[in-house]
Amino acid sequence: MYKGGKIFASLIIFAALFTIPFFYNMGKVNAGPDVALNTAAIQQLPASEQQCVESPEFMRANHMQLLNQWREEAVRNGQTVYVNSQGKEFEISLQDTCLKCHATESASKPAVLNNPVSTTAGVSNPALNESPEFCASCHDYSAVKPLCWSCHFEPKEATK
Amino acid sequence: MKVLFSFLAVILLILVATMGAFITNLHYVFGIIIPYLAFAMFVGGFIYRVVKWGRSPVPFRIPTTIGQQKSLPWIKQNKIENPTSAFGVIVRMAMEVLFFRSLFRNTKTELREGQNGPELSYGSAKWLWLGSLFFHWSFLIIIIRHLRFFLEPIPFAVQILESVDGMLQIGLPAIYLTDVFILVAVTYLFLRRIIVPQVKYISLPADFFPLFMIMSIAISGVLMRYFYKVDLVAVKQLAIGLATFQPVLPTGIGPMFFIHIFLVSILFAYFPMSKLMHMGGIFMSPTRNMISNNRMVRHINPWNHEVEVHTYEQYEDEYREKMKKAGIPVEKE
Ligand code: HEM
Repeated sequence: MYKGGKIFASLIIFAALFTIPFFYNMGKVNAGPDVALNTAAIQQLPASEQQCVESPEFMRANHMQLLNQWREEAVRNGQTVYVNSQGKEFEISLQDTCLKCHATESASKPAVLNNPVSTTAGVSNPALNESPEFCASCHDYSAVKPLCWSCHFEPKEATK
Repeated sequence: MKVLFSFLAVILLILVATMGAFITNLHYVFGIIIPYLAFAMFVGGFIYRVVKWGRSPVPFRIPTTIGQQKSLPWIKQNKIENPTSAFGVIVRMAMEVLFFRSLFRNTKTELREGQNGPELSYGSAKWLWLGSLFFHWSFLIIIIRHLRFFLEPIPFAVQILESVDGMLQIGLPAIYLTDVFILVAVTYLFLRRIIVPQVKYISLPADFFPLFMIMSIAISGVLMRYFYKVDLVAVKQLAIGLATFQPVLPTGIGPMFFIHIFLVSILFAYFPMSKLMHMGGIFMSPTRNMISNNRMVRHINPWNHEVEVHTYEQYEDEYREKMKKAGIPVEKE
């Protein structure tokens, strides 16, 4: 083969590029994110209150659009009550409604809010989520950076 | 007709994929077995094609150049468009691969009505270059972004690409620029093939099929992101399962995913037998990857057959005595 050496070297580079995922994940455990859906804060609620503002399936697929809608309602339309698909009412508030259950994995650690400017953690990673554990567990896993914390104060526990 | 044939083939594939997506028992086949097969066919087929090309003879030095050749010292050589060093060739190839240098020189030819009858005229034609460039770069960036499903933890570079691509922050989930670009570009590339009569004439089903495949992959991806959502965490577990050779099939991924991945698998499996092999072929193009030193170095065909030669010295050595006797002058006494 003419220039066989170069061709083989290039083919090795080609194969290496396309098999990166095999080597990168070698020996790792395929553990998905640990989503805290049953925190103490949630357990303390009466059984009828334990469902999120909508069904889990709906929330999993559409929470970003719901949050966006809530922002429009609260900030632009001054509307602070959300009526869900079952006719139940919720206060439109990230801090008082969402984070009441989802701020942290333990009820003993209330969601203390804190100015992000004063945090000391070196945040160099754009997708490193300043979000509560609950959000971060999936958002880190799939590299999606929520924009909530560019306006809202980030919860304290995210600085650890 | 040629368009219709490719179109129907892709529709058929989408129907097969939809069937696989809605029959839960087939998920293992569509989510795990077919992707593995497709990957093996892609890498194996790609290497096979390149090795086969590598074994074909390149008897002549045939670089085609568009710049001043190295000549007299006071004539300025174009070191990149007419390279006489390996470095020049590397730069030239990089320009070709990354920026489609040759396509940039694309021209259009027209017969125009002139004063004395029709005139042949040439003009620059950059749209194809622009469309191709957008198309290929978007494709590449989308594939690199997809590494977020296959790598854990996700490397910094992939996240950067992700945030740059979504920097407009339009909509939720945010629109990626590359998604818009690839859809526009692939539509342009398709319309070009059916609208320009000359291009239409030379287009084959093998030209339309990849276009339709890529179009439907991109559309299914976009549909999956905005309209028929899938469980991304489950998708990533499946993908990492594939990458660690411990396949898992999480439940409740969502049918759109199986359509997307089936079309992707078919594209990858088809890749080595198709014109898409230009991905490897561009590096093997003798008109681009050879140093242009045709007149500086003697080039011997590496495939030349060993020829037995009998030089004059040998001839004289053999017949010296006889030559002397016959009075023929000899060089060595
Ligand atoms: C030739 C290869 C592929 C192409 C061209 C492609 C194209 C696309 C496009 C254009 C999108 C729209 C959103 C975006 O750009 O991220 C998308 C989304 C998606 N693709 Fe692919 N894809 C390919 C391979 C794959 C593979 C192998 C998987 C398997 C894990 C996959 C899974 C997904 C998923 C889960 C989404 C939805 C992302 C979201 O909701 O954010 N794709 N794809």
